Amino acid sequence: MSFGPNPWQQTQWDWRAAGNFIGGGAGSGLVMITALSGVQGAAAAALLLAGLALVGLGLACVWAELGRPLRAMNVFINPRTSWMTRESIAASLLMPVGAAAAYFAWTGAANIVWLAGLLALAFIYCQSRMLQGARGIVAWREPLSVQLLLATSLAEGAGLFLLAMPWHGSPLAALLVIVLVLARAGIWFLYRQRLAGRLAARAKTALDGAGRVLLVGGTLLPLLLVAASYAVAGPVLAALAGLLAALAGSTMKFVLVTRAGFNQGFALEQVPVRGARWTAG
Amino acid sequence: MTRWAMVADLRRCVGCQTCTASCKVTNATPVGVQWRRVLDQEIGEYPDVKRAFIPVGCQHCDDPPCVQSCPTTATRKRADGIVTMDYDLCIGCAYCAVSCPYQARYRTLRASFAYGEPIDSEAMTHRAERLAVATKCTFCVERIDDGLAQGLKPGVDPEATPACVNACIAKAMTFGDLDDPASNVSKLLAENRHFRMHEELGTGPGFFYLWDAGVLDPSPPLPPPPGSSPGHALEGEGKWSALRGGQA
Repeated sequence: MSFGPNPWQQTQWDWRAAGNFIGGGAGSGLVMITALSGVQGAAAAALLLAGLALVGLGLACVWAELGRPLRAMNVFINPRTSWMTRESIAASLLMPVGAAAAYFAWTGAANIVWLAGLLALAFIYCQSRMLQGARGIVAWREPLSVQLLLATSLAEGAGLFLLAMPWHGSPLAALLVIVLVLARAGIWFLYRQRLAGRLAARAKTALDGAGRVLLVGGTLLPLLLVAASYAVAGPVLAALAGLLAALAGSTMKFVLVTRAGFNQGFALEQVPVRGARWTAG
Repeated sequence: MTRWAMVADLRRCVGCQTCTASCKVTNATPVGVQWRRVLDQEIGEYPDVKRAFIPVGCQHCDDPPCVQSCPTTATRKRADGIVTMDYDLCIGCAYCAVSCPYQARYRTLRASFAYGEPIDSEAMTHRAERLAVATKCTFCVERIDDGLAQGLKPGVDPEATPACVNACIAKAMTFGDLDDPASNVSKLLAENRHFRMHEELGTGPGFFYLWDAGVLDPSPPLPPPPGSSPGHALEGEGKWSALRGGQA
């Protein structure tokens, strides 16, 4: 903990909090994309369960970060104003509905995957708003962080969906990745533009590094790989593109939480005027 | 209505940290936790350098981000403006800590003592319910409530006033009711130029910083004092008009 006036990296949320944004975002993104794709049967069930497992992993991470984990149920008390409560409610609905959707997709008894998709979207939205609600952190409270996290989570989900294309064979997978990584890159540019001049030097360095990973490893390379996969009919290249799109998003989230989470420090807006004051007379 | 607020006179604060020590003793905060701390800031570049001491802590905001973000309602805002903590509800998620633009919140995960093992006084004052949950300055709310119950006036009677204010050696810190025009804090704000920290964030802090006297009326400059350099006039002891907006 620094006691000076200059900004410093918050230390309250570490890799465990980042794990919630990474696992929860990618997992719910995968559920959302699976619902959107119309994939049915065992493949859909497997994708839904994989998505839920990632969401569960993220929640386990954040549970491990709680100071009083045995009181975790108290998290549901304040849906009126807290995005963390809302995220928890969305997650607690998503898990059983997603599991039921997977079961129904497997058996073909009914199709409620759309409901799981809606809940996954609600979860991602709450998670994105949660970060933006942390008004003590300059890079998080920027309003465009909501869109950035939304797009990133969906792009991660689409990336994982593309990674699994050999199993489900959906023709939408590559298209979704192309659209979402481009959207994510566009929002990233706007986001960084809005933050220009407001970041601490180290936060800027960290974010710019994450930005390079996002733009090169998470946008340019996946686009090239997808194009190459069409040219040479290589499913491995497409899968690699999906993996890169997902990993780059996770890297950006990790950096955003654990490296670029600087507060703004303290501001002395006026210097105290002590003693007698002299002016030209 | 009552709106408790703190006023820190930056011209008076000498950075002695007596308020910090007093807060630690009164509230028995653990090692490394300072609900009231004083920043030491240098402004400018050599040779034109000034130094300022800035008491900081929970600002008891009008619109506290910590209250909004808290998922458990452990953090609440009272009608009199004081933001309180319920340690029994808090899950220690630290969302309030990253939501606070004033870095006023602490979370101590395990007990720590000055010399490893607790000395007698630490053993007596150790509060296990504060471990692994969020803690922060409460404006010594227990003192205020007890004082009010005894018919005392917070900010005037020491028994009903936050410990940091009582301890200040320079009378740099003042506590009182912002909604009472005759209160000590209202008078100070009326007579002095002031600002609130990070006002642009819209949190409405209940913590004001005085930095200068009110503006001088546009009357002819006073004559220079004996022995002063020619061409300068002393702006002092003149007619001061009060400012209430904290204008620069």
